Amino acid sequence: MAERILTRNFDVKNAHTLRVYRGGGGYQGWEKAKGMEPGVIAEEVKNSNLRGLGGAGFPTGVKWGFIPKGSTAPRYLVVNADEGEPGTFKDRYLMERDPHALIEGMLIAARAIGSHLGFIYIRGEYVQPWRILSDAVAEAYDAGLLGKNIQGTGFDFEIVVHRGAGAYICGEETGLISSLEGKKGWPKVKPPFPAVKGAFGQPTIVNNVETLACLPHIINRGGEWFAGLGTKTQGGTRLYSVSGHVVRPGLVEAPVSVTLRQIIYDHCGGIPGGRALKAVVPGGSSAAILTPDEIDIPMDVDGPKSKGSMIGSAGIIVMDETVSIPEALMVVARFYAHESCGQCTPCRESTGWIYKISHRIVEGKGRKEDLDTILDVAKRGAGTTICAFYDGAVGPYISYIEKFRSEFEDLIRSSAHA
Amino acid sequence: MTGNARSPEFTAEQLAEVRRLQGLYPDKRGALLPALTLAQETFGWISLEVEEYVAGLFELSPAHVHEVVTFYTLYFQQPKGRHVVAVCHNLSCHLLGAKGIIEHLTQRLGVEVGETTPDGRVTLLSVECLCACELAPMMQVDDRYEGLLTPEKVDGILEGLR
Ligand SMILES: Cc1cc2nc3c(=O)[nH]c(=O)nc-3n(C[C@H](O)[C@H](O)[C@H](O)COP(=O)(O)O)c2cc1C
Ligand code: SF4
Ligand code: FES
Repeated sequence: MAERILTRNFDVKNAHTLRVYRGGGGYQGWEKAKGMEPGVIAEEVKNSNLRGLGGAGFPTGVKWGFIPKGSTAPRYLVVNADEGEPGTFKDRYLMERDPHALIEGMLIAARAIGSHLGFIYIRGEYVQPWRILSDAVAEAYDAGLLGKNIQGTGFDFEIVVHRGAGAYICGEETGLISSLEGKKGWPKVKPPFPAVKGAFGQPTIVNNVETLACLPHIINRGGEWFAGLGTKTQGGTRLYSVSGHVVRPGLVEAPVSVTLRQIIYDHCGGIPGGRALKAVVPGGSSAAILTPDEIDIPMDVDGPKSKGSMIGSAGIIVMDETVSIPEALMVVARFYAHESCGQCTPCRESTGWIYKISHRIVEGKGRKEDLDTILDVAKRGAGTTICAFYDGAVGPYISYIEKFRSEFEDLIRSSAHA
Repeated sequence: MTGNARSPEFTAEQLAEVRRLQGLYPDKRGALLPALTLAQETFGWISLEVEEYVAGLFELSPAHVHEVVTFYTLYFQQPKGRHVVAVCHNLSCHLLGAKGIIEHLTQRLGVEVGETTPDGRVTLLSVECLCACELAPMMQVDDRYEGLLTPEKVDGILEGLR
């Protein structure tokens, strides 16, 4: 068993309280960081090979560097706690079981980027995590870890916990910013990137909960140590959310070099009833689906990419041999049709139509040309939209059909309309 | 519950809370979602009158508030039941029997998805991933997540809803 880093407090009783968190060595990363030059903190994070764990996998230290040099405007740190990618539940665990790790990570990031105001944007459905997190923030204020002139350092940092109201697209960072500004969660055209012009028009760094929870460990034990846990291009361990047809669904922490096969068979006990694996989604529903011969890959940013998929949010959904792939596609297509924000024509129209077509295929009303229509529509729109939501829909559309085409064809052939 | 959705008015305390929330953001509009959440908790749902009232507190046009309210799934534009049961129908829950759970609920409650029982007790919804897929099939009952559902477990949960 590899060392537990992000989950080390998960089984500790009352680890969500400041007293227990501190007793286990909590806030030592901050104690160290508060005496470090901001640039040195960022350098340490660069050396750690920490890649954003929200979905895009962008190197965290590099992203921080995009705030314009010499800008004296206020800059904001925004935590993406809008966890919504189907198959993902890691941020919920972090906020419920180790909320101070997030707060400590925010303090470190805020010092590195020179921010005095941070927002945690948490999805509205997460009521319990919101309560626990809000209590932890209040505790940190009471202990003088947040507020003005923190511990006499002259450094100010405030945290506002902000609840969303139900919309997957608010997980996309510019949609999240729109929503934080009190608007509907429409993503914005980039550039300008948030680091240049983000929330309320100011430079803004958006980081995922898990990304920030890595920072105390990186500062405590060094970037090199963190880098050494992972692969050449990505440091650390990460939290894999595993669901679907496995014996032990749940959260798995493992070094990013772990293979998908190891996660499914060693960590999660394999497929129930000794049934065969049919397909697996490696990184949340927006990642292209993989077949059983494609699971001997490391689960870092490069592994799934080598099979035309992506690690995304590391939400792993396992499907056994009993699953109907056309039905699974319909379920996924319904999600994208429902969640498209409607701004871009290709996204709004294609997600709606592809859901309708996939629905009629499942209902036994499919037509011969339906599969090519879906593929054609999907491919045309890819890369043309304001945000990556639509590309995230195209991944499943194409991979489900191309990898399981005969199953779709059988279903269509047996239908009266063929 | 104070006030109602047809003639909404916050108490002095709630107004102070809205002002406090507005002060947390560089632009007070940032507090619009939290204020709408407070309004829904207070008035039960977000009617056009509530939109207009909240718009006044933010010096926004009611159209802007309407655009926001209609964008998010957690704002109800119609009265809802005393309890909201929202069953996840996304992929992991689908794989582990969400359809059967939804059918069971529609039978037990005697309503279709999207409807409220005639006695106003429960509104039944089906929703996208609640990000508790390790508990599939699962649902949200008001503030709580309930997972690893079976028809028997669902019956027990329904019995607890008054
Ligand atoms: C459609 C869509 C949904 C997203 N949802 C989330 C989400 O729920 N949580 C998250 O942290 N990032 C999400 N992202 C990624 C964010 O845009 C952003 O890259 C991330 O929050 C940056 O943080 P990181 O660099 O720490 O990963 C989403 C992206 C897209 C395109
Ligand atoms: S790609 Fe889709 S979700 Fe993204 S901005 Fe365009 S319409 Fe909205
Ligand atoms: S699929 Fe149901 S909670 Fe994620």
